[in-house]
Amino acid sequence: MTEVQDPAASDRPDLPRYQRPAGVHPPLDTPSYGSSRLRAPGRPPVLLPHLLTEVTGPLLGAGRVTAADADLTTRHAGEPIGERIIVTGRVLDSDGRPVPDTLIEIWQANAAGRYAHHIDNHPAPLDPNFDGVGRCLTDSLGRYRFVTIKPGAYPWKNHPNAWRPAHIHFSLFGRAFTQRLVTQMYFPGDPLFGQDPIFNSVPDPAARQRMIAGFDLGTTEPEWALGYQWDIVLRGRDATVFESGEDR
Amino acid sequence: MSLPITPSQTVGPYLAIGLPWPDGPYVVPEGTSGAITISGRVLDGAGEPVPDALVETWQADPDGRFDHPDDPRGPAAPANPEFRGFGRCPTDDDGQYRIVTLRPGAVPGPDGRPQAPHLDVSVFARGLLDRVVTRIYLADEAAANAADPVLGSIPDPDRRATLIAAADPADPAGPAEPVGEGMAFRFDIRLQGSGETVFFDV
Repeated sequence: MTEVQDPAASDRPDLPRYQRPAGVHPPLDTPSYGSSRLRAPGRPPVLLPHLLTEVTGPLLGAGRVTAADADLTTRHAGEPIGERIIVTGRVLDSDGRPVPDTLIEIWQANAAGRYAHHIDNHPAPLDPNFDGVGRCLTDSLGRYRFVTIKPGAYPWKNHPNAWRPAHIHFSLFGRAFTQRLVTQMYFPGDPLFGQDPIFNSVPDPAARQRMIAGFDLGTTEPEWALGYQWDIVLRGRDATVFESGEDR
Repeated sequence: MSLPITPSQTVGPYLAIGLPWPDGPYVVPEGTSGAITISGRVLDGAGEPVPDALVETWQADPDGRFDHPDDPRGPAAPANPEFRGFGRCPTDDDGQYRIVTLRPGAVPGPDGRPQAPHLDVSVFARGLLDRVVTRIYLADEAAANAADPVLGSIPDPDRRATLIAAADPADPAGPAEPVGEGMAFRFDIRLQGSGETVFFDV
């Protein structure tokens, strides 16, 4: 029926092959998340082999980001209200390789749980000193670091008395179209996890835990900011293609 | 060494504060010689526009090359150094997006057979817990499209048409004067229901 079979049988041994993680990402059809009902495709996706367009991707960086973009607390006349935090970690692929020089974009609510967006009408104050947007590039070891304030939880209309746990949105490119990832980082011990259909849309409880940052006293800067560590893992390349098993 | 990967989550309703760039829709600057436009709407299962989506495109240059270390053909010599290969456009209140780019060249596929000119597309939106991936092919490349191995792999031939951007007599979001033949294309993305776009497991 198909001319293009599983990429494991691809006749392009000169191209990296990216893993296809099964059961990690949320199913698009998650009825408990109301917004998915009219937007999740109804038909099964068609397998796309990893050919040139898929194993390449935009290498965006220099010129698009300045060092100041990684500090969300110093871009306005005054300091934002809230608990100052450092969020840092590494971007790796599932083979354990760092992903260097890759663009990370974040956006988040302010300390009161309000986004600087015209459709957010949650009756909590806006903060003139906080827009909630940050960018950075990972360094040569895949490390990133943001300074921001801890976002607040906020109500939404998904179900009665629905509240989103505090979270920061993360967007990553990696080095290939296959590695593109948008996710959310959560904070440890949040009492709102149990009722949140977005957090719980990830079917594997162990995988949900990978979206939660860890508080880290070593990252915490005395008398200045609490530190959180969060590593992000993108899909790896099949190590056997190029390394001939030397990684094994 | 094998690390478990980080799960995807939705961009949510407020992606517009974090993701759009002023130059995002311009893979090449507006007015570039030979530039084409691809525009259309993102629609939900009720046929209503999706006003809070983000459409991203990734493609080869007009010679079919990628400026990327994993292109085994080696570094591309870009005919146009302003070509970024990547486009990003949020939808407006009518669900409309618009990308200004150069026509991609044919790209080698399996067995060295060419793939028809195409753009890989990611769509992000509130309600989508993971991106959905599709491809845009161009209607005036009919012979290449008919031989394309990815289009040919779609089980239902009738659904292949959902990946073909129609030549548009005008660029609805562009300048008022008509554009030349083969310079503007229309590609609607139907997330669900009748005429649902073919999406790929990438």
